[in-house]
Amino acid sequence: MKSTGPVILGFLVGMLMFIQYFTPDKWIEARYNNVLDWKQVVFGITLILGVVSLFLYHWRKIEKREAGWLYSIVTVAGLLLMIAGAIAFSPQRGPYTWLFDYVQSPMQSTMFALLAFYVASASYRAFRARSFHAALLLTAGVIVMLGRVPLGELIGFSAGEKTYSLATLSTWILDYPNMAAKRGIMIGVGLGITSTAIKIIVGIERTYLGKGA
Amino acid sequence: MSALHIDRLPTAVAAVLFAAVLVWFIRRARRGGSIFIRRIAGLEAVDEAVGRATEMGRPILYCPGLDPMEEVATVASVNILGQVARRAGQYETRLIMPNRDPIVMTVAQEVVREALTEVGRPDLYDPNDIYYTTQSQFGYAAAVCGTMMRERPATNFFIGHFYAESLVLAETGNATGAIQIAGTDADSQLPFFICSCDYVLIGEELYAGSVYLSREPLLLGALKGQDAAKAMILFALLAGTILALLGVDVRSILE
Repeated sequence: MKSTGPVILGFLVGMLMFIQYFTPDKWIEARYNNVLDWKQVVFGITLILGVVSLFLYHWRKIEKREAGWLYSIVTVAGLLLMIAGAIAFSPQRGPYTWLFDYVQSPMQSTMFALLAFYVASASYRAFRARSFHAALLLTAGVIVMLGRVPLGELIGFSAGEKTYSLATLSTWILDYPNMAAKRGIMIGVGLGITSTAIKIIVGIERTYLGKGA
Repeated sequence: MSALHIDRLPTAVAAVLFAAVLVWFIRRARRGGSIFIRRIAGLEAVDEAVGRATEMGRPILYCPGLDPMEEVATVASVNILGQVARRAGQYETRLIMPNRDPIVMTVAQEVVREALTEVGRPDLYDPNDIYYTTQSQFGYAAAVCGTMMRERPATNFFIGHFYAESLVLAETGNATGAIQIAGTDADSQLPFFICSCDYVLIGEELYAGSVYLSREPLLLGALKGQDAAKAMILFALLAGTILALLGVDVRSILE
């Protein structure tokens, strides 16, 4: 019963979700909205579990003086400060807003900005022309990158009324070979998603329940 | 008022046809027909990756992506997690899993606990190793990168749906010298993983992962059905292209 119950429930809800996509029936639509509401409730409850897990994880590190325990103090202090700030004042003003605007937000932006450096280091590795395929990738990469900047419009030639530039070639690479590969991947992904959904609905795939497949 | 969304009818027909193909192949697998599945390098490397972590005495890090539990990519990731946790249990290797979504965390804790129990090592399960970090995208990236730098896992799995943080995670893992296996259906993030990881499961391979690792006959049948459906789509595309080259307006005929 421990696994049969969830499988039956998965089948019923899965079929309901499948049918609701194809029918404008009001009753089914209402059930669909019910499921979305329940999801919010479940999320709220598990968020509490998540915050408790976060707190316990770092508390244990502090207690045992594990490697990086000082960072755990910062995390726990930040967590408690944000909660206390929001309760004592308001989530719209006071220390909570200040911490969000001047600490959390800039830190998130900093992490995002680091991406530029990571792109540079990854590109350096990817664009080394050590084989024919790598050389092909490098050539395509250079054409696409140059074609995306104003300079790319100037590199090329005119034949009659038509102008052939790096920008034209770049667009061609993106629209045909690149798009063909992307669509190939997307068709596979679509079939994979549908197949996984069917396997879960009919109860063949049960690993997500914590049971062996 | 129609009982059906007429514009969605082709999708319904395609879904039912696809389900029929899957069921046919599953029945064939049940009868014991031989099923050949091509080798997937990224999944073949799972044992090697877990073994390496064991030899080095370092943990394994598993990232399930950023999407919530209702996304199929996350379900596929959790399915692969079950297989990875089994191997980690057999090799007595610690598995760390920072999560962005509390529901995913709860499901993952249950999956890992069950996997370790199945291999006879429930004592290895520590709920504190599968923990919640933050909902923030780059906050999560920072937390995972920090874990990689401090804990120095020997093996990193990035399996699920990722966004702009993919390269930050993969490059940090690369800098720590970990063996990295990534798998995603996010086509925009694939180039980043290919640059920085040792093995990458591309698109549909992510969904085949759990089946490939478990080698369960029924699921292999479903995988074979998926391939058959892909062959049918390829045939339809080829036929459409030939007809278009011959000047036949297929779209107007279908409409």
